[in-house]
Amino acid sequence: MKLGDALARLPGFSHAVLIVPDEGGYPLSVATSFRVVDGSVVVTPASTGQRAVRDTVEARLVVSHIRPYPGVGYDQRRYIELSGALSVGGSAWRFDPQGARGWDEKDLSFPELCQRALPQARRYLAALSTERGHEVKPQMAAGWRFFLATRLPFLTATIVPVFLGLAAAGYDRHFSLGLAALTLLGAMAVHLGLNVANDVFDTLSGVDDVNFTPTKFSGGSRVLQYGLVSLRQMMTLAAVFYVVAIIVGLVLVAISGLGLLWLGVAGVLISYFYTAPPLRLVHRGLGELCVALGFGPIMVLGTYFVQTGHYALRPLILSIPVAILVMLILYANEVPDRFADAKAGKGTLVVRLQPAAVIRGYVAAVAVAYLVVIAGVAFGILPWPTLISLLTIPLAYQTWKGLKAHYDSPYQLMSYLGKNVNLHLYTGVLLVIGVLLGILVRR
Amino acid sequence: MGASPAGEVGVPALSPYHEGVTSATVVASMPEPVVDLLNKALVGELTVIDRNGGFRTDPLIPLWDGRHILMTSSILFSRKLEDIKRNPRVSLSLSDPVGVPAQPFSRATIQGDARVIDDDLHQGWYRVLPLWEAKEPIIKTLITPMQKLGLPLFWERAIIEIMPRRVLWWPNGDTTRDPEVTDLQDAST
Repeated sequence: MKLGDALARLPGFSHAVLIVPDEGGYPLSVATSFRVVDGSVVVTPASTGQRAVRDTVEARLVVSHIRPYPGVGYDQRRYIELSGALSVGGSAWRFDPQGARGWDEKDLSFPELCQRALPQARRYLAALSTERGHEVKPQMAAGWRFFLATRLPFLTATIVPVFLGLAAAGYDRHFSLGLAALTLLGAMAVHLGLNVANDVFDTLSGVDDVNFTPTKFSGGSRVLQYGLVSLRQMMTLAAVFYVVAIIVGLVLVAISGLGLLWLGVAGVLISYFYTAPPLRLVHRGLGELCVALGFGPIMVLGTYFVQTGHYALRPLILSIPVAILVMLILYANEVPDRFADAKAGKGTLVVRLQPAAVIRGYVAAVAVAYLVVIAGVAFGILPWPTLISLLTIPLAYQTWKGLKAHYDSPYQLMSYLGKNVNLHLYTGVLLVIGVLLGILVRR
Repeated sequence: MGASPAGEVGVPALSPYHEGVTSATVVASMPEPVVDLLNKALVGELTVIDRNGGFRTDPLIPLWDGRHILMTSSILFSRKLEDIKRNPRVSLSLSDPVGVPAQPFSRATIQGDARVIDDDLHQGWYRVLPLWEAKEPIIKTLITPMQKLGLPLFWERAIIEIMPRRVLWWPNGDTTRDPEVTDLQDAST
């Protein structure tokens, strides 16, 4: 905190605590009133009994504020610590500040403060490890570490297109439960491999280290930044997921035919090179396209092919709205990450575009997603009950409003990022239901 | 861990903490009005001596177990813990009429010797949780495994245990008047 800024904020506090050296080597603190005069602080003399306050160059003046919140705790936390010289004597003492530090949660949110403090936590753990002769690490149960490291809840992005592909195959009178389960396993393995590899490469490139505003929707899992999992463990985990995905994929190719191979290879390559060098597709502004392709046409068409042994127009059309909406999850999640991304040379669309253009892009993409459904029905490609997916339009509207209102407030934006995730999930589920209803209507 | 002042005078390492303990039942020498301030305070300004011999002050929630002033600090904000390990002499100010809602209002400064208890960063601080929850009830909703995923290192915490040595108490909070001074070290000996 700059000294001038600190002095300008002082009148917003009711009183100050003056801290001076005391006999016996203890700090001595005493509350007092004050006023700022020409860059100095005039302090009302305070009595500390027989051990009187003396002139010192090692004084501190601290102001602090909270607002009690009965039954909850408190909020509106802010404080400033000024360091400087104190001259006593007379009816008013003079404190000449030379430095300042402080925090106001209005300016710097508590979660961001915590993220910025990670290096201090690592230093403390390192010192403890040295002191004790063994590594002291933060603790978390293995199950929760796995949950966090893999970003398990985001699997809905995979489950939706796989079920859409299955519904489309069912509409064309093809369904095998065993193949469906195998497809889901392979698709989830690719997705989890992508999530873990993404953390590995974003840590290696420094992106996640300079991101101080991660949310539960963006900024990676941060298990590496928190020291909960080692880089080697994450690399092993990613490798395991990719090996599982490749084995399952090859089994499905053997069962369904070579036509699946190219789609599968494209899926794995896009997933891996999303953040991995040398392609680092997300750094080239291609992240959105990769996610749209991977979690849209590749998964829907791949699932459909496994069930039917051929490709078709209907699953392709069905894949477009979910492709767009899953792309918009990434797109909106990049908003709070944009400063860290830019710093690390990750040229996402949000980094490249002006905020107004980003928001216009969001609206246009959502509109296209719904128009594809309407056009699909109008041209007789999609069964008419798929129009129930339009029920999510109000959710899209809310997300757009939130994005516009809180573009620069990562933590206020968080609930709208959640709505955006739900927009993809609910629209996808309604499309699946629409296709299934289409089977009933057709009969 | 640094020197343990509490250990030096033969005080048990850490007693079980519970709500509602007053000085009258455990320590006669801590002035009753100051116990009231400690029990009501949502914030106090803790000053430690930093590596350069200067002061560093942070607002923290003070908790009173009847013998020690207790605080917890995340390893994220552990500079004060490092400072205490190097130099245990600290001072705590209870001064804010809003953050210390005691009636009648008064102010106090407590000087003492602190020690850092960080042998179990993950679970050790749960011993002070009942006292913490009494002042900040929302805490119990934030320490579920799912909630802790958001900021896991915030929940890796040490306890700061302060053995009070000297108390300055200003009735009505008027620090222009002389405080009542109680030397707890003398009282205990």
